Amino acid sequence: MSIDLANQIVTGILTGLVYSLMALGLSVIFGVVRVVNFAHGEMTALAMYAAWALATWLDLDPLLGMPLIALVMFGCGYLLQRGLIDSFIAKPEHMQFILLVSLAIIMVNGSLLAFGPDAHGVQVSYGFDTYEMGPLLVDKVRLLAAAASLAFSLALMVFFRRSKTGKAIRACADNLVGARVIGLDVRRLYAVTFGIGTACVGAAGALLSMLIDVMPPTGPELTLLAFIIVIVGGLGSMTGALLGGVLIGVSEVLAGYFLMPSMKSMFSFAILIVVLVARPQGLLGGRK
Amino acid sequence: MLRIEGLDLFYGDAQALSGVSLTVPQGGITAIIGANGAGKTSLIRAIAGMERPRRGTIVFDGRDITGWDSHRICDLGLGQVAEGRQIFPSMTVADNLELGAMIPRGRAAAAATLNRVWEIFPRLLERRGQTAGTLSGGEQQMLAIGRCLMGQPRLIMFDEPSLGLSPAMVQEVFAVIRRLHDEGLTIVLVEQNVALSLGMADHACVLENGRVAMEGGGGELLGDDRVREAYLGL
Repeated sequence: MSIDLANQIVTGILTGLVYSLMALGLSVIFGVVRVVNFAHGEMTALAMYAAWALATWLDLDPLLGMPLIALVMFGCGYLLQRGLIDSFIAKPEHMQFILLVSLAIIMVNGSLLAFGPDAHGVQVSYGFDTYEMGPLLVDKVRLLAAAASLAFSLALMVFFRRSKTGKAIRACADNLVGARVIGLDVRRLYAVTFGIGTACVGAAGALLSMLIDVMPPTGPELTLLAFIIVIVGGLGSMTGALLGGVLIGVSEVLAGYFLMPSMKSMFSFAILIVVLVARPQGLLGGRK
Repeated sequence: MLRIEGLDLFYGDAQALSGVSLTVPQGGITAIIGANGAGKTSLIRAIAGMERPRRGTIVFDGRDITGWDSHRICDLGLGQVAEGRQIFPSMTVADNLELGAMIPRGRAAAAATLNRVWEIFPRLLERRGQTAGTLSGGEQQMLAIGRCLMGQPRLIMFDEPSLGLSPAMVQEVFAVIRRLHDEGLTIVLVEQNVALSLGMADHACVLENGRVAMEGGGGELLGDDRVREAYLGL
């Protein structure tokens, strides 16, 4: 294996970890609230614009902007669920679909109005720094983004395993009737869950702003990407989302290495099809 | 302690309860019997705030709780051991119990109540790290009762606690219900095992097609010819 290929694979893994965090949000929302967030990538794109705006106007490093953006996005997600999506929970799925797709369209065109059709990316001062690790050359930006992403994902897993609220949210996913029987406030917990999902998106978007440019069509592309990752990894599985993200990240760079970069979606969709045929519940999907 | 007046409940166009009135005195055991589909579970769910009645009032402890959300009703001390146990199958026994104490009224005394639950159900203590879905039916029923106790209820509604259990386990579950009653809890018991439930009830009512068909003392109904014929097959 050539050094160049090894470098590419490392790049894929690191980028994939950021994708994972974004997909984690989708997986958590679906796993608990049972709503498919068709505006997921559009929300990520909004977070990327936010990171770009903070970096451009306030000179704030996206790594530092990340917690702030995640927090604001948590609040937006909480209010969105509480104020709007909640009243659609009991309605047929196609109505939820229409609601979220309309939100997505509003976000895409809103960003077109606000930021125009041009690509926006964040250039940090250490943007071209690399670390030499043995024979490998690793981008500093990518490594930091991946580390932040992994830290956020792990923190989330600990939250769901250990904290009271985390356990209550898992309980809603495990047995909704049981959750109501013991007096859990399901509506509030759903809003918190949606908020956590959008906080993932906020954090991932802030980090992605350093890796790729954002423009209005980026949103729908990322929605698709998040879906592929979550379906490959297994809907509702947190470790599945992590694994799926890394897999798709690596497949993208391999496509670029062996064929051409514009072929990367073809590779991701090929993986999706193989998984759907061979293991429809996803690589780490549960029995349900 | 609990008073229900003129309760009407619909699922779409289908009427599940019509004009149900019932009074549950404090400290007693009130049995609700009836055939499948008579509305027993609907009544429990309406009281617990999990279904919205169209008409009627539900008063608990002097407070009109009609139309309240289930989590607020639970927090008043109106607990429920639901049909089918409704435990959290992929979580541990200890986590299930901890979740029972999530409502505000359960939080303060959670540690002490947990010890009490371990004492009532030593088997749960042995299995505290086990996933709840792997427990036997009887153990799951114990877990459902223990989880309900964690919320410090003053009244517990039991919906078919003997369903699917072995005779020995049924005796054990009913011994626990009697014990909770002796300790001062008010009990509402919906049960398919009519002889057993009427035998221990102070007060009972028979639901038929969503209406209260008969009401009286437990022993009184147990001696009633119509009840004996319809529900005991005598």
